[in-house]
Amino acid sequence: MSANSPLSTKKPRLVVVGNGMVGHHFVEQIIEKGGHENFHITVFGEEPHLAYDRVHLSEYFTGKGAADLAMTDGTLYDDNGVQYFTNSLVTEIDRDNKQLLLQSGDSVSYDKLVLATGSYPFVPPIPGHKRDNTFVYRTLEDLDDIRDCAKQVSKGTVVGGGLLGLEAANALKNLGLETSVVEFAPRLMPVQLDEKGGSVLKEMIEGLDVTVYTDTATQEIVDGESSFHRMNFADGTHLETDLILFSAGIRPQDALAKQSGLEMGERGGITINNNCQTSDENVYAIGECALWNNSIYGLVAPGYTMAKAAAGHLLGDESISFTGADMSTKLKLLGCDVGSIGDAHAKSQGCKVFVYQDEIQQSYRKMVVSEDGQKLLGAVLVGDNSFYDTLLQYYLNAMDLPEQPQSLILPAMDGAPAALGADALPATASICSCHNVTKQDISDAVANGAMSVGDVKGITKAATGCGGCAALLKNVVDNELLSLGVEVSTDICEHFAFTRQDLYNIIKIEEIKSFAELLEKHGKGHGCEICKPAVGSILASVWNEYVLKKEHIVLQDTNDRFLGNMQKDGTYSIVPRIPGGEITPEKLIVLGEVAKEYKLYTKITGGQRIDLFGATLPQLPEIWTKLVNAGFETGQAYGKSLRTVKSCVGSTWCRFGVDDSMTMAVDLENRYKGLRSPHKIKFAVSGCTRECAEAQSKDIGVIATEGGWNLYVCGNGGMKPRHGDLFATDLDRETLIKYIDRVLMFYTKTADRLQRTSVWMDGLEGGLEYLQEVVIEDKLGMCSELDAAMDYVVDTFQCEWKTTLEDPEALKTFRQFVNYDGEDENVVFVEERDQIRPATEEEKQNLIAKVG
Amino acid sequence: MTMQWKLVCKQSDLVKGAGVAAMVNGQQVALFYVPEAESQIFAISNWDPFGKANVLSRGLVAHLQGEWTVASPLYKQHFVLSSGKCLEDDVTIPSWQAKLEGENVYIAES
Repeated sequence: MSANSPLSTKKPRLVVVGNGMVGHHFVEQIIEKGGHENFHITVFGEEPHLAYDRVHLSEYFTGKGAADLAMTDGTLYDDNGVQYFTNSLVTEIDRDNKQLLLQSGDSVSYDKLVLATGSYPFVPPIPGHKRDNTFVYRTLEDLDDIRDCAKQVSKGTVVGGGLLGLEAANALKNLGLETSVVEFAPRLMPVQLDEKGGSVLKEMIEGLDVTVYTDTATQEIVDGESSFHRMNFADGTHLETDLILFSAGIRPQDALAKQSGLEMGERGGITINNNCQTSDENVYAIGECALWNNSIYGLVAPGYTMAKAAAGHLLGDESISFTGADMSTKLKLLGCDVGSIGDAHAKSQGCKVFVYQDEIQQSYRKMVVSEDGQKLLGAVLVGDNSFYDTLLQYYLNAMDLPEQPQSLILPAMDGAPAALGADALPATASICSCHNVTKQDISDAVANGAMSVGDVKGITKAATGCGGCAALLKNVVDNELLSLGVEVSTDICEHFAFTRQDLYNIIKIEEIKSFAELLEKHGKGHGCEICKPAVGSILASVWNEYVLKKEHIVLQDTNDRFLGNMQKDGTYSIVPRIPGGEITPEKLIVLGEVAKEYKLYTKITGGQRIDLFGATLPQLPEIWTKLVNAGFETGQAYGKSLRTVKSCVGSTWCRFGVDDSMTMAVDLENRYKGLRSPHKIKFAVSGCTRECAEAQSKDIGVIATEGGWNLYVCGNGGMKPRHGDLFATDLDRETLIKYIDRVLMFYTKTADRLQRTSVWMDGLEGGLEYLQEVVIEDKLGMCSELDAAMDYVVDTFQCEWKTTLEDPEALKTFRQFVNYDGEDENVVFVEERDQIRPATEEEKQNLIAKVG
Repeated sequence: MTMQWKLVCKQSDLVKGAGVAAMVNGQQVALFYVPEAESQIFAISNWDPFGKANVLSRGLVAHLQGEWTVASPLYKQHFVLSSGKCLEDDVTIPSWQAKLEGENVYIAES
């Protein structure tokens, strides 16, 4: 390491100690403001990894790797001249000489210092707390250790029933352990919830087979009889368990500050002012190690605000400061909604309380209002967070409550919807607290030309942090567009005043079987190139009739009409189906012979098939006769439908393979090959987590793991790459297919025309979680409908080429000219690398000149 | 001026609501059979001046703001079937009068 070497720059040195989420955000902020031009920046991190997303740490157990959670791969640092060192613990600050001492013995000088050292998990000093098989839950290394241990044992216990404790309990449950939670306080989540809320949550969690002990103090941990540990409780009872995870709160990591004599709080934490400066004006502290107004802020959003304030101050911009933060939170813990806003415990003087409880649905809601009933001071939600956004806005913006404030926590009865319209929010209302985006910021973005939620996300970063504000954001964006007079027309075209989803439902419910019938009943005019293929596709999705049937033929775009892919010169390419990319030598030879006979340009596609280019219209039926006779089926490369299921060879051949990805790929391709969908669909199946089939970049990705199949959905390569979202893990074959059936049918039913699954998912209100609720929990009660619809499509599959070859009427349309047997003279090929390619304009001129 | 009508093909050679290609005097013609339209038969050049290929007979027929058009299968420009005028650009492609008499399809030789 070169940290001690003389500097080649005269720029002042800015050193950041700590590379967690907040430390990283600080570097991002500095770079964004151009501060890397003013300072020579060096970052020291104690962990072996650069900053990663600790908020979503648990996903490390459900399939995400360290790379997925990483906040940077170092490129941002490298590109902007930021030096960084991982595995580098700073042990001392010498403030008199402005020097840092590292564990390695090196020393580094600084002009400005930022401490972003975070926090460490508090482990109660119970006798036995250092025994083997005891853990904390903070870093990726902790998680690796927990996972290794969990493989050997069957019972796990979390000490601490707060927010992090329950998160950790969920993780243990996901690792397959019989899980218990032991909380010292009389209720779960004592900071956020009141007594009743805590007890409702306890009931819900116990319903999920997690044993909860509240009001329970552990006196000692000793050898167990049936398990590795025995926890002896103060009331004389005990619990046997194999693994203990301490999650009893956090403490600021402030040892450096203490050693160097910076001013600290009585119970720890580095005291800072509104600019995040410590008692030494050259030293800043941000995040969980900092103490502002005697409070530690253990959430990421306030940490980000501190990072912004410190970066601003360092660069002479005092307009941003840290003046406290709202600690309201909304979470899903072990699948249970929990929300807490402001004064959850009703401690404000004279406050009044509304409570609603439903023991059947297991939900509890409390509102704390001011003495005069005008303002919302706090709230507790357990079981249903759909009320959270509206309550939070009333609270944050100190808005006057409606006449009957209780309506805000009552279930929606007939009539009165309680949700707060975007209209009613003040311009200063904070919509996204992670990135500090206000309603005004969104108005500005829309006024400057943003036309969709996607645009606004790109410009403001709103809803790209925790994503909790996505629904509210859409509401605000739509409202802004409306107020600008932008008509948000969702009509598919001038012939149908409906969305694609409306048309799908109409066709299905009214059992409409043709375009003419739909137009007569629900449209006007005669149709166009937008509505015709869209309706053609929906009719095929729902009724799955032969696409070249007389009444459907005029609906098909040229590729679907001639069952080939039109190329730039008007010739077609041909792609037979090769399920999973698996092909016998005999069939491979047939393809070679056909290509040779018709002089077709031959290329292997990215989807593991073979594409034959340069066939003229009349050649298509001739070629397909040969292919169908050899046992090939249409590959539907021309259709908005399933393209390919890419695969590796899997456990059959590969020495790393965990399961038989090849058979799975072939079966999936054969199951879904007939489905017409809003856009093309690509699958891949990998036989192990090495992921050679690149399944995470596909609409549907399947990866074999030791515990079963992991399902990823809505990935995309191409122009706008998107990693698939991990939808479910460790599935058996039957469940995997059931989920894919439903995801695909729900997409087919609800997406816009020509909308890929990735864009559909980004626009889906509620996102992945919503899709999981629809597909896994049957939230909309439509799973049986989705299952039946997919079974119908699978049962009625036909190879369109086979049907066409048997239909003289359809074959008639494959003539080059209706009155002449000649060829299109504009189709001219030249040779390149021993194959044909279309001649360029210049080459055509030359050829004509030569002939002439 | 008397119009010279040339017999091109039979009605049964056409596809209702779509186009077919014909060769007339060495020129490729796209014939569209639109029973809902007053003239029923339209004839325009098969040559797409943007895509530079003979493909217009294979485009989708679209009825836009009262006019019958075809959308090119290559880059989706619309051409008015009665006049050959392009809706997106200042281009007009050749067009001919056409008619259906009994079983026979004729186009006018200018």
